[in-house]
Parts: sequence; structure tokens; C-alpha cells
Amino acid sequence: MQDDTRSDARALPPTVIDVRELRTHLVTRWGTIKAVDGVSFAVQESETLGLVGESGSGKSMTCLSLVRLAPRPAARTVGGQVLLDGDDLLTKSEREMQRIRGRKVAMILQDPMSSLNPVFSVGMQMREPVASYHGLRGRALTERAASLLASVRIPAPLQRLRAFPHQMSGGMRQRVVGAMAIAAPPRLLIADEPTTSLDLTIQAQYLNLLKELQQQHRFAMIFVTHNLGIVARMCERVAVMYAGRIIEIGPVRRIFKTPAHPYTRALLASVPRLAAKGERLTAIEGQPPDLATLAPGCAFASRCAHVMDRCRVDAPPPVTLDDGHTTRCWLHVSA
Amino acid sequence: MSTVALPEFAAAPVSERRSRRWPVIPLAIITIFVLAGALAPFLGLRDPAEQSLRLKFRPPVWEERGTWAAPLGTDRLGRDMLSRMVWGARVSLAAGVVTVLLASAFGAAVGLVAGYYGGRVDAALMRVTDATLSFPIILLALILAVTVGPSFVNVVLAIAVILWARYARVIRGQVLTLMELDFIAQARIAGAGAWRIITRHLLPNTFNTLVVLVTLQIGYVIIVEASLSFLGAGIPPPTPAWGSMIAEGRDFVTSAWWASFVPGIAILLVVLAFNLLGDWLRDTLDPKLRQL
Repeated sequence: MQDDTRSDARALPPTVIDVRELRTHLVTRWGTIKAVDGVSFAVQESETLGLVGESGSGKSMTCLSLVRLAPRPAARTVGGQVLLDGDDLLTKSEREMQRIRGRKVAMILQDPMSSLNPVFSVGMQMREPVASYHGLRGRALTERAASLLASVRIPAPLQRLRAFPHQMSGGMRQRVVGAMAIAAPPRLLIADEPTTSLDLTIQAQYLNLLKELQQQHRFAMIFVTHNLGIVARMCERVAVMYAGRIIEIGPVRRIFKTPAHPYTRALLASVPRLAAKGERLTAIEGQPPDLATLAPGCAFASRCAHVMDRCRVDAPPPVTLDDGHTTRCWLHVSA
Repeated sequence: MSTVALPEFAAAPVSERRSRRWPVIPLAIITIFVLAGALAPFLGLRDPAEQSLRLKFRPPVWEERGTWAAPLGTDRLGRDMLSRMVWGARVSLAAGVVTVLLASAFGAAVGLVAGYYGGRVDAALMRVTDATLSFPIILLALILAVTVGPSFVNVVLAIAVILWARYARVIRGQVLTLMELDFIAQARIAGAGAWRIITRHLLPNTFNTLVVLVTLQIGYVIIVEASLSFLGAGIPPPTPAWGSMIAEGRDFVTSAWWASFVPGIAILLVVLAFNLLGDWLRDTLDPKLRQL
């Protein structure tokens, strides 16, 4: 498929990241947990893939596995491929990975309060990546750092370089983190719930900023969130994770309109809407499964309204419904 | 935004002023002793080893038989107590500072490595630390003194070889908390290796703790060194050391109290000053460390 895109430039933008059958296991005292269990997806240049799911569904573990930073020694990536521009990251040495991280893959984490080193000024922290990626020094380095701050809409960037993290607001700090993330600029940006702890108004600003930066630098983006509203406005495609697997993936519009998997349907039904006043919110009954004692079959079977006998025996294979819309559910497998 | 601005307005002005006030008295005591010790050869004092049996057991100048030739009196060999106290400051302060610097450097390194790598590395290093902490310093120094012979270097090594474990413990604990914070993860994602994270991110964030601990421990080391000298396992004569001065004067406390009293007061003042300074640093740099 990549070869096709190269020969026909008009068709599709090149695929930046292609994840195939990624498996990461966690070894704990309760047994081995399949935190990421055969996850496959691809993201193209300038495209945003939303990764949604409950806490513990494997979203963050998937992202960390991509850059080989899943917490060791407990976590081990045991299989699959992570192709970044066609180059498998899982076969790289640690030294090669250190060069790839930051330069080609950048990440923005959830907590702006602790994402900057409290003892150094913003300038000192900004200069470090810029110096190592671009080999700049002295005045040129300072100017580059300031222009990065300006590009994330921080007013008076030259003065701000001298500020310490505690002198900035959460939104401001998260912008600084954003500025550091695009210093290279990267091919892939992973945003792990970057706006969860921001005010709603700041949230909207920050999301717009990310979109603008993406248009400017054309990076692929993986946006981890459990806010479906944000998915709707940020992402072209969305992948729904449950118990370490992607149970449904496809274009955002299609999935929001005609969700195929019962879990996705339940997830969409549990979103509060202003319009539907007085209506009770639908909760998904039961608890997410304990991944250490996962029974064979579909992981959602115990909570599913449409459960059938075969759901408890065999795990459903991925079924392609139509162009780019895939789900893992026996309901869509014609007998 | 409000979370950043709030503390500036909420802080009570009175308590703030109190905690920001410089610890003038401890600083003055430490400065006087450090200057006296450093400039001892140039102060025009009598040679601390010069004996004079005619002048033995002279009381301080304000007592009846006191003489300005020995303002703080003389010991059983007629040596000048003031001069010996000043020269003794050299030994005590040098032993305190050198030991604590050695111990803190090694201990911090162990703590950083253990906290950063975690897992088996951590478990192994912390068991060694526990074992070290359970070994009495005085006993080790006595063994060294008996087998190798007492000397300044042996005293410093004997104390440092055990004292590092406290630093390792405290720093490792702090590193464990720091490792949970996003900026460490962010540094990793930006391509930082172990060395970079330890030196640029973890060490600078433990610096406050180190400074406080170092200051508090200098006083402790001075006491340990004095105890060792008192037991004859510390700095050997003729070098004047506060601990051995107390030991020499011990037999004459009833007739010539100053022989033990003068070095005793010196130890008290210096250790108290370092402890007060350490407390102040702790409160100023990091109020969270109150339990240290």
C-alpha cells in the first residue's frame, strides 16, 4: 500500500506510522497482563487518529510502546512492528531510539504542572532540545527558542524564556511543552490527554493551536483522550480500545453516526448532551474486565447487551464493514 | 492561572518575614570559628604545643590567678587553651566538612542510581545501605585506630564509610517521587539518556535536600570526631583536637574546670550553630522536609 502512494502522489499522503500486531505484556505478581494485545493502525501525514477507551484499556501503554518507553522491567513488547516512515522501531538499539525520540516522535503528556523541570528556567529547558536538534548556539539559539514560544502564542517570548515554570499558568506551561515537542519538528506527535487538566476555554485554544501546528508542520498525530467531543473536533479517524485491543476503528463521522460495536454504541450513548435535557444518561453496566484473569472469547461479553454463546468461546476477528471501518464483533460476522 | 498567583497573596506576612530572616547568630559563630581556624598561624597566638610547667593550670584571665598571657587558661602541661582551641577548630571543621562532602557525594550517587534504575539495582543497593546503617561508626573507627593506627585520614574515612548511607536513603526516596513526575517522562521522550536525566533533572531537584542534610550532618560529624578523639581513636596528639582536650582535662575537672570546659563550649557552639543553620536552610529551601 505504501508503494502505491509513492507512485501516485495525488492519491494519499504518505503513511507516517504503521503499527502492526503490537503486543506489550506486563509481568505482575497477579500474572501476565496483555496490556496491548495485537494492536494495528496507521496514521498518515497531517492526519489525526483519536485513541479512546476507558482507563486501563491500553491507550497510554500503546503510545509508550511505540517509542519503546513502556515501564520496564514490568512491561515487555513481545511482538509486532512499529514502522515509522517504513523503519521498524522495535528493532532499533536503545542509542538509535534516543536519537529518534524527540526528533521524529514527540509526545505531550497530561499534567502541565509537572511536565517542566521546576529548578530550571523555561529558556534553559527550551534551549536544550533546540541545541541538540539544530546545532545552534548563543544568540541564534535564544532567538530560535523565542520564536518557538511565539509559535505557540506565548506573548513576550524573550522575557518568558527567563521565567521559571512555577511563574506560569497551567495553560502556559502546556504551551511550552508543545513548543518543545515541535522543536525538531517531529514526524509524529503523540498527545496523551494534553488538555484534561486545563480550563475549558484554555482547552479549546490549545486544541486549535495543536491543529494549526499540525497544518504547518504536517506531522501525524495520535490523540489519546476519553473525551468524545474532543475526538469529534480534532480527529479524522478514531480507534476505540477495550481490554488492550482495538475493537473498532474508522473515520470519525462514520463511527459517530453508525457505531458497529456494542461497546462503541454504549460509549456514545453515555455522553451527556445539552439538547437531550431531562433524559437519564446511559451508563455501561459492570466493570472493565480484570486483564489478569481474562476468559477466552470477547472481553466485552460480560457487559454486552447483545451477547451470544459464541462470544464467550471465541474472540471475534476483525471485520471490515466498508472503506476503512473495521470492528471486532460477532454481530457483524455473517454465519 | 489562579493556582499560581494565589500563594503570593495568601502568605501571612509575619511568618514570612520570620522565616526569611537571616540566622545571624549561627552564621556569626560559624564565621568566627572558620576564620580563626583558617588564620590560626597568623593570629599571633602561642604555639599550641608549647609547654611551660611554670604556667600549668593557670585559670582564665577573669579568675584570681589568671594572666593575659593565656586568656582562657592553660592545661596540665602549661599549653595555652585559647591557642589550642583555635587550632582545634581547624581539625574539627576540616574533619566535619571533608567527611560530609565525601559521604554526601558517594551517598547521593548511590541514591540517584538506585532510584533511577529501580528494580534489582535498587534492591541490591538499598540492602547494602541498610547493612551500612546498622554498623556503629565508633566501633569501626576504633577497629581502624587499633589496626591501622589513629590519624586524620582514618577518622574521616571511618565516618564517611558509614555516613554515606543516610544520604543514599534520603536521596533515593526523593528520586522515587521525582521519577513519577511528567518532566522525567518528557525528558525521556525528548531522547534524554540515563546520564542526562540523572545529572540534569534528578540531581538539581535533590539539591535543596542535599544542602540541608550536609549542614545538619557537619555538626553530627564534629561530635563523632570529638568522641573518637576523646576515646583516643581520633586525631592523635600532638595535633590539638577538641575531643582529646576534653579527655586530657577530665581528671582535673574539680581543680581546673577550664581544661575540659573550653573545648566543650567550642564543640557546643559550633554544633549548635550548624544545627540552627541547617534548620533555617530546611525551612527556607523546602518546608516539606520538616521530618529530617
